[in-house]
Amino acid sequence: MEQVKLEIIENKPITDSVFQMKLKGNISGVTNAGQFVNIKLDGLYLRRPISVCDYENDTLTIVYKVVGKGTEQMSQMTSGSLDVLTGLGNGYNIDNNAQNVLLLGGGVGVPPLYNLAKKLINSGKKVCVILGFNTKSEVFYENEFKELGADVTVATADGSYGVKGFVTDAIPENYDYFYTCGPEPMLKAVYKFTKTSGQFSFEERMGCGFGACMGCSCKTLTGYKRICKDGPVLEKEEILWED
Amino acid sequence: MGRLNVSLCGISLDNPVIPASGTFGFGYEFAELYDINCLGTFSFKGTTKDARFGNLTPRIAECTAGMINAVGLQNPGVDAVISNELPKLQKCFNKPVMANVSGFSVEDYAYTCEKLDKCEQVGWLEVNVSCPNVHGGGMSFGTQPEVAAEVVRKVKAVTTKPVIVKLSPNVTDIVAIAKACEDAGADGISLINTLLGMRINLKTRKPVIKNKMGGFSGSAIFPVALRMVYQVSQAVSIPVVGMGGVSSAEDVIEMMLAGATAVEIGAANLVDPFACRDIINDLEKTMDKYNIKNLSDIIGGAH
Repeated sequence: MEQVKLEIIENKPITDSVFQMKLKGNISGVTNAGQFVNIKLDGLYLRRPISVCDYENDTLTIVYKVVGKGTEQMSQMTSGSLDVLTGLGNGYNIDNNAQNVLLLGGGVGVPPLYNLAKKLINSGKKVCVILGFNTKSEVFYENEFKELGADVTVATADGSYGVKGFVTDAIPENYDYFYTCGPEPMLKAVYKFTKTSGQFSFEERMGCGFGACMGCSCKTLTGYKRICKDGPVLEKEEILWED
Repeated sequence: MGRLNVSLCGISLDNPVIPASGTFGFGYEFAELYDINCLGTFSFKGTTKDARFGNLTPRIAECTAGMINAVGLQNPGVDAVISNELPKLQKCFNKPVMANVSGFSVEDYAYTCEKLDKCEQVGWLEVNVSCPNVHGGGMSFGTQPEVAAEVVRKVKAVTTKPVIVKLSPNVTDIVAIAKACEDAGADGISLINTLLGMRINLKTRKPVIKNKMGGFSGSAIFPVALRMVYQVSQAVSIPVVGMGGVSSAEDVIEMMLAGATAVEIGAANLVDPFACRDIINDLEKTMDKYNIKNLSDIIGGAH
């Protein structure tokens, strides 16, 4: 983890409520796809944890949905710098033999899969991406994934674009591993409908974001884990669903 | 002796800054970020007789100038703390550490304190009496003077190290409880623990925190904490460790003027992991600004 000042070089809406922000500076703390950053905002006590969509050289891309005070404030920013803790969480582990990889993202669970897809494709793997949204106007990053060379399918719950249904309605026959991120009901469905091993990225309300407060602990089959520090990515085999 | 030096229950501290229990783990997470030997000491994660997962999530809610937590004393239990956490801490911290202890019966406190008292690394036992007493109808030990005193007596009977009692502010008369602890043999008092609070989500119309209520901390509670430190430190003759919303070198000095011998810093660590290091670095120039030669001279200076 590093604490850095990053300069806002772009902040634009990519749907009605989802924004893409590019930040420039020392981002050497970010080492893995699926990690997150924790952003300090004026007047708000706790930092805002946001997943890393992409990172390259000195530029960090985050894609966030306006859901409350913090993200509303972020959406208004056009310039200036932010106090950011970088390189938080474990991120996805791509060190395995899988060649035919499935990525399943739902809503704002899509962004962390972008750098992951890039890394997987660069390492010579075949990547199939399924992006799930509620409706056509909420769809984003379809072309960005295509430009990386991924095979992309979009599913919308209301059928207004792509396959009608959920990401689990578009799972192909052949894949030997998967990675997913999205709302918990989607993750549960992915858990149920996938036949191989895979990795899940979870979301939880956090205090610190770096393992100190135990605010985001969960029970797993391999013991208690902090979503912020031991996660947010958990292996399918260790997940313990609690209702 | 440096300008920042203070003495807490007979143990010298290089400075009065102490990360508060529950905001600093067992230290080694922060040791990856900076050399934690710059601290006066720190109070480690509240430890109980048995391992605890704590409460269900969400455990955290944000507030104006603060936060609410209902972690529920998640910890690996005293035996694992001694066998796993303290050896890891030894590699990055060479000062006496403050062992924070919680319990759900008087016997629990005595059991856990007796074990930690034998650890060389432990300098002080900080006994958190804000927990519910399962044999006393669930009422917190720290809400009744005679019950808090009973915890102190039982712990003192099985320990040799200084016992600092950490008091809950959620009481009618905190001074009466502090005095009862002093009379029972406590070597110091630390205050305040978090203030009981809650938030409700307007969209779901349900409490934000799964446990419904939790402990409110952060800069918003500083004036309440300061007032209680001021009252308690005048009523007892044992040292008082002040805490509650402290987030700057100015706050540390203000807390000491109110009567604190040392100052714990909690929620600030969660927002800024370097908070304690930066506050320590700011102390001398802040002392210069207010013509303070030595910090030990100003303890209770506002009385």
